[in-house]
Amino acid sequence: MGIVVENVSKNFGDFVALENVSLEVPSGSLTALLGPSGGGKSTLLRVIAGLEEPDSGTVILDGQDLTASPARERGVGFVFQHYAAFKHMTVRDNVAYGLKIRKRPKGEIESRVKELLGLVHLDGFADRYPAQLSGGQRQRMALARALAVEPKVMLLDEPFGALDATVRKELRAWLRRLHEDVHVTTIFVTHDQEEAMEVAEQIVVLNNGHVEQEGTPRALYEQPANEFVMSFVGPVNQLDGHYIRPHDIDVMVDPSDQASEAMIDRIIHLGFEVRVELTHHDGSRFNVQLTQPQLEELELTEGQIVWVKSGRKTKFEDGETKISA
Amino acid sequence: MSSNVGAIPRIGAKPKRRRARRRLNAPRVIGLTYLGLLLAAPVAMIMYRTFEDGITPVIDSLTTAEAQHALWLTFLMVIIAVPLNTIFGVVMALLLVRKRWPGKWVMNALIDLPFAVSPVIVGLALILAYGNNSSIGGWLVDHGIEVIFTPVGMVLATIFVSLPFVVREVIPVLKEIGTEQEEASETLGANSWQTFWKVTLPAIRWGVAYGVVLTMARALGEFGAVSVVSGKLSGQTETLTLRVDERFEHFDMIGAYSASMVLAVMALATLLAMNIFKKEDS
Repeated sequence: MGIVVENVSKNFGDFVALENVSLEVPSGSLTALLGPSGGGKSTLLRVIAGLEEPDSGTVILDGQDLTASPARERGVGFVFQHYAAFKHMTVRDNVAYGLKIRKRPKGEIESRVKELLGLVHLDGFADRYPAQLSGGQRQRMALARALAVEPKVMLLDEPFGALDATVRKELRAWLRRLHEDVHVTTIFVTHDQEEAMEVAEQIVVLNNGHVEQEGTPRALYEQPANEFVMSFVGPVNQLDGHYIRPHDIDVMVDPSDQASEAMIDRIIHLGFEVRVELTHHDGSRFNVQLTQPQLEELELTEGQIVWVKSGRKTKFEDGETKISA
Repeated sequence: MSSNVGAIPRIGAKPKRRRARRRLNAPRVIGLTYLGLLLAAPVAMIMYRTFEDGITPVIDSLTTAEAQHALWLTFLMVIIAVPLNTIFGVVMALLLVRKRWPGKWVMNALIDLPFAVSPVIVGLALILAYGNNSSIGGWLVDHGIEVIFTPVGMVLATIFVSLPFVVREVIPVLKEIGTEQEEASETLGANSWQTFWKVTLPAIRWGVAYGVVLTMARALGEFGAVSVVSGKLSGQTETLTLRVDERFEHFDMIGAYSASMVLAVMALATLLAMNIFKKEDS
């Protein structure tokens, strides 16, 4: 039930949305397509679903070449950013839609809808209309609707993009658990690296219509293939030609070997985490991530001169990633 | 004593409330006066004049063979023009909003032609195109179909002048609902026909309904274009709207008023029916 995409290209007029994209998503996995907006991730998802026709390339679902098949024959469940709820139908009729199209027996539809509404925690909402639901509830209804027809793959296009931060966090955790229960091959599109890392087992970074890198969240963070991935999957500083994560810089109040001088511009409290903004003696600006206890121990104040020493540094040269400690 | 104490704030509150109401009233009064002078008063006058001498003359003038024929012909215009323009309108709106094709902008502009051109010109154009001396008209006459000065031409004229309403009402609704619901339907296994009936049509139903009401009103009330192609033969090519004018010119006021009243009642009934459906729907 895996998804294979081979050399897919797609242009919209002069705009290159996808350029020779190849991708392999193992059966049963939960994969994130991560990238900036306009990077081609939604287009790729729509090509896989059959909602967009690629200019060239192949889409193989479950070992079958479905490039020429219309969306309705592909057996994919698609979830849209803005829910795409059928507004004139109740929650029950929304979820039952695909089953009714397939002319399943009434009793079967009824029990399946009930089971799905339980799965997405919407029992008791069957007779409501989408307008009477919150955004999070609507999106869960849309998920149940897509799952009802037992799709081979689930494709979610920025599923939490239209929700507020709290609901988004809740639904992320919920989606992970749901995937553990249902275990259908799932791809979801997001521009939020934290969301991708939290939910997905595998991340594919798309930018400017091509794949920058694919791998586990940890691999992307620790072994980024290039500058783009390095700076997209987490905060980063650039100091003397090297890329350094804010938590890989030590701050000291006294001079020490291999340390250089910097001045603290600003201290930003983010709860347990503290972000310190500094200006290096060579004029470049950078951030350091500390914890609240570390800050208290060092007794740092804005305007203070400190000594900094970088730990793990990353350099990209001739298409290679070089990491030094 | 205690009742007095209670009364003080009430007295103080009253003028405030009255002032608020008066502020709201000014635009309402202007609006109602405007509507009253321009709409309600003339319609009420027709009602009053119609029934001035009781109901008998009204019934008499509406039951003549010519009046009955006019009523039937009006019904015929509506029953042919409205469904045809509704189907055409929905299909054309879908083509204009959802599809890309060459010549789309030309079609988009052409659809508004009946709004832009005076109905009298529409009638003359139809005579030029379908008259017995034209090539199309001549060919049709050879095959036993006469268009000009017959109900066939009147139906054509009615269709022509009422063509844009459904298209123009449906296009903005189609744009507003977007394509996501239709795409969702497709991924759930529905073909285009199923998607249209189960998703698109229910979503645009109020746009279609408004379009139908406007088309119907125009079909009931069209005078200019229909008049030119009809030849105005009482009892043969005369709709109720044409009859109002014809009776008026023959100084048969009761006849003119009665026909007007029937038209007004039909138009009001259409509007009322739609509003009732809409209320039930929500």
